[in-house]
This record gives sequence, C-alpha cells and structure tokens, in this order.
Amino acid sequence: MNIVRYKNLFFAFSLIIIIPGIFALFMWGLKVGIDFAGGTLWEVKVAESIDSLIIQEFLSGQGAEVAQVAQTSGDTYLIRLKTTDEETLNGLRTNVDENFGPSEDVRLETVGPTISKELAQKAIIAVLVAIAAIVVYITWAFRQVPKPTSSLAFGICTVIALLHDVLLLVGVFALLGHFFAIEVDALFITATLTVIGFSVHDTIVVFDRIRENLKKYDDYPFENVVNHSILQTFSRSLNTSLTAVFVLLALFLFGGESIKTFVLALLIGIISGTYSSIFNAAPLLIVWQNLTGRKFRLKRN
Amino acid sequence: MAALAVYIDIPKIQLFGKTLSHPKINLGFLKRDLEPKLGLDLSGGVQLVLSADMTDVSPDDRDNALQSAKEIVENRVNSLGVAEPVVQSAKTQDQYRLIVEIPGIDDIDQALATVRKTAHLEFRTIKQATLEATTEALPQDFEASGLTGADLTRAQAAPSNDPQNPGYVVSLEFNGEGAKKLESITQNNFQKPMAMFLDDEPISWPPPVIQAVITDGKAQITGRFTSDEARGLAIQLNAGALPVSLKIESQSRVGPTIGQETIQKSILAAIIGLVSVAVFMVAYYRFLGLFAVVALCIYTSLVFAIFKLIPVTLTLAGIAGFILSIGMAVDANILIFERMKEERRWGKEKLESFFAGFERAWSSIRDSNVSSLITCAILFNFGTGSIRGFALTLAIGILVSMFSAILVTRTLLRIFWVGKV
Repeated sequence: MNIVRYKNLFFAFSLIIIIPGIFALFMWGLKVGIDFAGGTLWEVKVAESIDSLIIQEFLSGQGAEVAQVAQTSGDTYLIRLKTTDEETLNGLRTNVDENFGPSEDVRLETVGPTISKELAQKAIIAVLVAIAAIVVYITWAFRQVPKPTSSLAFGICTVIALLHDVLLLVGVFALLGHFFAIEVDALFITATLTVIGFSVHDTIVVFDRIRENLKKYDDYPFENVVNHSILQTFSRSLNTSLTAVFVLLALFLFGGESIKTFVLALLIGIISGTYSSIFNAAPLLIVWQNLTGRKFRLKRN
Repeated sequence: MAALAVYIDIPKIQLFGKTLSHPKINLGFLKRDLEPKLGLDLSGGVQLVLSADMTDVSPDDRDNALQSAKEIVENRVNSLGVAEPVVQSAKTQDQYRLIVEIPGIDDIDQALATVRKTAHLEFRTIKQATLEATTEALPQDFEASGLTGADLTRAQAAPSNDPQNPGYVVSLEFNGEGAKKLESITQNNFQKPMAMFLDDEPISWPPPVIQAVITDGKAQITGRFTSDEARGLAIQLNAGALPVSLKIESQSRVGPTIGQETIQKSILAAIIGLVSVAVFMVAYYRFLGLFAVVALCIYTSLVFAIFKLIPVTLTLAGIAGFILSIGMAVDANILIFERMKEERRWGKEKLESFFAGFERAWSSIRDSNVSSLITCAILFNFGTGSIRGFALTLAIGILVSMFSAILVTRTLLRIFWVGKV
C-alpha cells in the first residue's frame, strides 16, 4: 500500500473537515461558558416538573437577568444568569421556594468578570507555551536524525499535525456551539491540551520509526522509507487509538453528565490526532524534503 | 531487578486490594488514614473565590492584610466543624484573593455569612468588680476599653532587644487617636492586664499586663515568644488593624447527592472502559494480550495506591485523567507487542524478539510520554482546581504506565512466556 503517493488526497480530506469549522469559528465564534464569559449557573431541583419557560418568566419577573432555563432532568433545571450576587440569589431562592415548593441547590456556580478574563488569557498562553515546548523537545529528541533530513523538519511537521488537530477540534466546537448550543469551558482547554499531547504522542511513534529506518536503509529513497515506516506502525497507531476510544466511549456513555462535553472533545481530538499523525505528519516530511531538496539542487546549479 | 519489581508490587496490591476497609498504614514517618480524598464536585460542598478590597490599605501593607484575612477566614471556616476545609491566598497583579473550599456542608448560606464577616479587633480591660482576681481573670471579666482595631496602624513581630526577656516581641503602632486612648488606658490600668479579642475570641491568653504608661502610641507585647508565636499574634492583630472586606467573586456549589451519583457513574465507566480494553487486547494479541491485561490490573492498583499515598484529591476531571491514562498504559504494551511481532516476522528467535521488542520500543515510549508529560506540566501550572487535578492524575498515570509496561509486563513475560519455549 502506498500511502505517501496519495498524500494530497489525505491533505484535501483534512481541509474538507477543517474549513467549515474555521468558517463557523469566524462567522459565529465559539459559544463560551461562564468560565470565560462570567455569569451565574444555577441548577436547582424543585418539587415537581414544570415548563422551563414558566420558570424563566417567573425569574425575569423577579428582576433577574435570565439568559436561559433548561430542564436537565424531570424536576431539575439549569438556569443561566448574568453574574448575580449572593443577596439577589437568596431572594430568588426564597421566591422559588414559595411558588414552586421547597427547592434544593444541585449546583451553583458564579464566575466574576475579572476571573473569567484572566482565565481566557491564561488559556491562550498555556496552549502557545505547550506548542513551543513540544517543538523544542522534538527538535532535541531527533537531533541525531541522519542526513539529509533535519530534526527541525520533524519538529515543525509535528506542530503542523497538532495545529491540524487543534483547528479541527475548535472548528467542530464552533459548529456544535452554533447548532447545538454546546459551550466551551475551562475543561475544553484541558481537552485541547490533552489532544495536543496525544497527537504528538502518535506522531512521535511514526517519526521514531522513520528515524530508525533512515539509519537502516540509507540507500533507499526518502519517500519509500517514510511509506514503509507508516505501514510498519499502522496497526500500533490504530490499536492504541482504539483502546483510547473504547475508554472514552465508556466515559461518554456512562460517565457523569458534567464531563460529557469534555469527553466528546477528547474523542474528536484523539481520532483526529491519529489521522493526522499517519496521513498528514509523515507525508508532510516528504513535502518539506522536496521543497528544501529542490532549493539545494538549485543552489548547486 | 525484575524480581524486585514484582516484590514491590505484591505487598502493595495485597494492602490496597482491600479498598473497602480503607487500611491504615503505620510506617513510623508515614501514618495516615488511607481513605481516598474526594474533591468538592464528588463530595459536595462549596468553593469560593473571595476578592479582598484593598483600596483602604496602603500598598506596603497589602500582603500582610491578605495574610491576616486568610488566617481569620481559616479560623472561621475551622469553627464550622467540617472535615478538611482549604483556604488559600492568591495574588495576581493587583488582585488579592482568597480561595476557600468547604466540603460536605449543609447550610451554605450560614457558612458564607460567617466567612465574609469583617474582622473586629478589640482591646479590653478588666472590669472593676473583679479587680482583686487579676491573675485568674477569665475572658468574661473584661470589658471594652474603647480601643479597637481601627486605632491600630500595624503590628509586627521582631526579635527582642531586652536581654532580660529574650525571644521575640510583637510591637504595636497606633495612630494619633489610638495613641491618646492608649495613654489614658495605660494610666488608669497600670499593672493590670489588657486582653485582646478578635471576633469576640480572646487571643494571646493569658493577657499581657500593662507595664508602663505609653504616651507615643508605640506599644510592645513581650512574653518570651518564639518567632512563630510572635508572627502568629502579629497576623491576628493585623487582621483587626487592616480590615479588608471580602467580596464573593465566584463560587461553585455542588449538592451532596449529585456527587455520590457521579462517583458511581465514574466507577461504572472505568470498569466498562477497562473491560472493553481487556477484551480487545486478548482478542487481538491472544496470549500476549493476557499479560497486558494482568499488567493493566497491576497498573490500576498501583496508581490508585499512589493517589491514596500522596494523597491526590480526586475530582471528576481527575478521574477522567486517570481513566485516560489507562489508554496510554495500554499503548506502551501495544508498542512492545507490535515490535515483537515484527521482529518474529523478520525471522528472529522468540527470545531475541522478546529483547528486541522491549529495547526498540523504548525510544518511542520515552519520547511520546515525555511530550505528554510536558503538556501535563503546563496544564498544572496554568490550571485551577479541576484542571490541576486532571494534569496531576494523568502525569502520575503516565509515569506509572512507563514503569508497569517496562518492568511488570517484562517480568511477567519472562517468567511465563519465554520460559515456555
């Protein structure tokens, strides 16, 4: 099987998935949760099931700035408010108790505007630092890679593959946010960083084999060595991702409600990470090689 | 070396296998109840981020004021009688914050009111009626002197200059108003005790006795304090001198019932995840897969043991990190097995392929895990609460997985697989 020959096809496939996401990102942006936007999230259990619209109107009537009320289960409602202080909330709670029977707080989260701003800043810095640290590490780890390749090429191709995964993930969530109102919170950043780790993990396994094979078959063309290495590590890449997917699926289906989005992000990211390490990162090495190789020849002429 | 690994494993597994009874360990230096620690999202409770209003405090005193506020809040939270509350102070740029975590509490509103109250420091002198019994005077024998925390500029611990009274002293600096009050109090109560009350609780008991009439508003409490005692007293006094009002900037509450449900769900998810991985491994790698599954079980009990020993506070995200690390642990085994298969295919002997498999797979296991550890380190530094928990459990998982793949699987294979040739 010659994967390398069809590399443009694989690149195209990635773009087909990524471009709509990017488009959504620019059109609608991400739907950010209270972690980043600030606000109050109040999940409350009342005596009996009522229409969520009635609750919303009731609360608005009390002067609360309600963004949304959603029924999470039979008698439990998730209420989104603008950042609301303790006194106002206590007032609301008393009124809810009086009108809908005794209520019980399942969850109450308030994030002030300064904290959410700090978090957003930190998140961006964390992602950038992680990417930089990984390029440095890979360039160092592959420093002994035989000529004509350079270790920097390995580092940069790894980063392109991981950018692929991050863009795909963010893009998909921009779409999910727009169409299914799925929000992005602090855990999403965690998921993104984990996906970065996983993507690099996968890419390194393939690159490690290329490194080994370059030493072994130094008289073969570079393209063949890369293709051979991809095929050799193929079943490992697939099996590893499968086990991770099994575990995540179990979490997605049976784990707690509050980490569903988080697990979904991991699932998307890990599948994308496996794809990108096999079909993007390694073929990209060849593209890099062809470009720099051509330059080299031009100089000699 | 391999035998040692198994040897280390066995007692731990036997010890921690009985997780239901929560064994206690007693190794002299290590004595702790080995009940797993649960985060707020699992045990229920409240986490508060309080921002301290520092507008009335001069910039030099702000760190002291935050320190004092933390001390006060800690005392109040402890008075609520819940297990293991956490109070941390955090300073970012010009924001001063306290992060308070109170697990498993019923009346959250009551707790909030207690925690947010501004500290009140009062100096009290002894009531006239009980004058005689100065040495045995009880806290209730004291009455307000009119001198309060508002009159105090700052308190500071310092080494004593007096050779008669070695150790540390706490020096107090009062403002103009306070100096006047102090002068008249010390005049009227010369040689009598003066007690200090913070939030109506006496501090530094028995109270110091007034030794001189103080006119310049600069007092000193001597008492052969150690440096820690003096510092502690200064912090308490500063809480009154530098009162900061605390505003709830963000909070997150979790009801007690939802936590229990979450734990059950997570355990179920972990078991299903483990079983499906085990089935896959055995189906695909047959006999070899069986070893991986055994290694995986050892891995799981090891990681859980480490969580209990450190101890790591388990949150929902932390459990997710742990379950994810199971996937990574299997990866190390898959890398090795695939490599062994290849080596066999290339015509190597069983024993040779065994060694080559481990040796050759090592570089990719190492490089890939190091990159994951780098992201964990960044997550840990960037994160708050749940993100840190996730990074920590994932990092521990990765480290243990390298150990279990290299040593445990290797030992098992060497004993039961290679030996059968």
